[in-house]
Amino acid sequence: MKLESSEFDLVIEAGRTERHYWMDLWRYRELFYFLAWRDILVRYKQTVIGIAWALIRPVLAMLVLTVVFGKLARLPSGDFPYPILVFCGLLPWQFFSSSLSESSNSLIANSNLISKVYFPRLVVPASAVITSLVDFLIASGFLAVLMMWYQLVPDWRTVTLPLFITITFVAAIGPGMWLAALNVKYRDFRYVVPFLVQFGLYFSPVGFSSSVVPDSWRLIYYLNPMAGVIDGFRWAILGPPAAIFLPGFCISMVMIVLLAVTGVWYFRSTERAFADVI
Amino acid sequence: MSTEVVILAENLGKRYFLTHRRGGRSQYTALRDVIADGVRNFFSAWLFSKDRSRWTDKEEFWALREVFLEVKKGEVIGIIGRNGAGKSTLLKILSRITEPTTGCVGLKGRVASLLEVGTGFHPELTGRENIFLNGAILGMTQAEIRKKFDEIVAFAEIEKFLDTPVKHYSSGMYMRLAFAVAAHLEPEILVIDEVLAVGDAAFQKKCLGKMGDVAKEGRTVLFVSHNMAAVTQLCRNAIHLQNGRVVDSGPAANVVNRYLASGQSDAATVDLRDFPTRTGSGTVRFEWGEMRGSEGEARRDFSIGEDVIVAFRFQAGAGFHERQVRLAIQLRTSDGISLCNMADMDSDFAIKDFCGAETISVRLPDVRLYPDTYYLSLWVGSITNIDVYDWVRDCLSFEIVGGGQLTTRTLPRSAGLLFWTPTWTRLPAASSPSTARSFQVPTL
Repeated sequence: MKLESSEFDLVIEAGRTERHYWMDLWRYRELFYFLAWRDILVRYKQTVIGIAWALIRPVLAMLVLTVVFGKLARLPSGDFPYPILVFCGLLPWQFFSSSLSESSNSLIANSNLISKVYFPRLVVPASAVITSLVDFLIASGFLAVLMMWYQLVPDWRTVTLPLFITITFVAAIGPGMWLAALNVKYRDFRYVVPFLVQFGLYFSPVGFSSSVVPDSWRLIYYLNPMAGVIDGFRWAILGPPAAIFLPGFCISMVMIVLLAVTGVWYFRSTERAFADVI
Repeated sequence: MSTEVVILAENLGKRYFLTHRRGGRSQYTALRDVIADGVRNFFSAWLFSKDRSRWTDKEEFWALREVFLEVKKGEVIGIIGRNGAGKSTLLKILSRITEPTTGCVGLKGRVASLLEVGTGFHPELTGRENIFLNGAILGMTQAEIRKKFDEIVAFAEIEKFLDTPVKHYSSGMYMRLAFAVAAHLEPEILVIDEVLAVGDAAFQKKCLGKMGDVAKEGRTVLFVSHNMAAVTQLCRNAIHLQNGRVVDSGPAANVVNRYLASGQSDAATVDLRDFPTRTGSGTVRFEWGEMRGSEGEARRDFSIGEDVIVAFRFQAGAGFHERQVRLAIQLRTSDGISLCNMADMDSDFAIKDFCGAETISVRLPDVRLYPDTYYLSLWVGSITNIDVYDWVRDCLSFEIVGGGQLTTRTLPRSAGLLFWTPTWTRLPAASSPSTARSFQVPTL
């Protein structure tokens, strides 16, 4: 007997790249919804004050950053109340950082599924981001309240926000994929993530405006993908004089795409061995 | 049955590397170690160029080797073999969880695997929510689950607890629900690994019935089990795996019989006539032994607190005329600790009118041991204990598995051996050590 691949729906072979992978991913979209839905349900079921957590963290962070950078360091805020400036940076930053932690941890957290059932593994880190998106939306509500308090009216630029949210999503999922896959193989990568997140907060223009960065360092500064994203958020929500520094923004976008593409590539190339090492 | 081939495997092999790191710190690779080993290997290669693998010993291990398999549509095929023979690896390759190292498999139709009941259940979610979640994990669409929902709930008999978080379920309910979801999948090929290992007799019967129905509907089933009765009953054909290779295949009943007779099975029933590890004069010999559940059904997986029954038969050779024999059963753990030596006289049992052959059943009530494999030896000797007629060591074994009615917490063997539930009492706050009383001067 000789195996004629045309006779079968599916041929499993060592190192064979799956033709149906992306189709499979589409077929398993319901699993994606369910995993995301499970994570959201569980997250708010186990806590005492539930949804309030999504508010407490960014609000406290805003207060600390406002005091440190605004009051003590007296950094320029460019016409805006300092809390607003900080919160516009915190929103995408917290979305990014919690997405990154959730997705890099997701494979290990779902190891019982991975070693028992087949599905495209990409579903797991991708669905882990959704809880962070919910937190992000709740915190956005607080921004609206804050803007009303300071009597700031958003203009047409707000329409571009979904675009920037999508960019943040891609920015998080790229490194998230790298870290998730590396985490399966090398368990000590889980120590890298909190470290990245902690330092990233100060390397990104969260507590200050990116205009305080000296001109000679600017292009290098935007190698940090979140620098461009946060600028974009401030521009979309606050309007002028918050502006996007276009060359820098482009550098950030290139970094995001690069990380996302290599992330998917690395994930795909290690994915098949996940069940063996997890 | 049609002649259409739905599974075709050629030269299938799966290799794992077992690493024996010096000092063996952790079961997972740490980047720290990889870097350290890399540096060491670099220098050792540089200094002693011939020996590159000095610091980590990698041992090759083939979990599966040169497996050829052809399954036709509508066939129910049993896969039997000892623990570690490669059964689960084969199923994992077929269900695409892991990829083969060599060879290839062609599959026709959707494959669903039922590898472990309850995979993906979340304890915080309710029964209803878990049905949907688990269905999605097993590859059902939402519409399919909705259509089958009532059927699943009815099969699991959990109507009243549908909106209770499953962490409050008894282990029986948990298992029924999990099996119900999986059993209502409608794939062309269903892969089942040892799902019937635990649970009460009634539930096992129900599951077997459901599997029979699935097979009758013309779907292809691959069934891994230690339950030889179920394999013979459900499967037309069977294959026997040993050390990753197919050593026997054919009609299920024949394969099962040869497997049991080979004496190296970890099945509930063991043929003892040619069992190797025995001593004694051989004037009386054990013929077979069997592990049974409290309903008398053959099985070797028990939850904590269940009754374990050992049944066996022994027969005297020609020229044996003693009327009395003495029996004993020894129990030991998998790491070789002797737990007990149960002699018949301790239970006020004696055979005083032996005439050639006898079948005995021994009930070990309420077995409270930590999850592990336990081994039994059978002993028969003279009433004086001087002559040993037959002593078959470690011929029967049974598993205590986690979960059950008594406890659902994890009980690692490193933490203990006996699951005792003593009586805890809170004494009045003013209590003093009882020894204090002895210092008091008795008053007259």
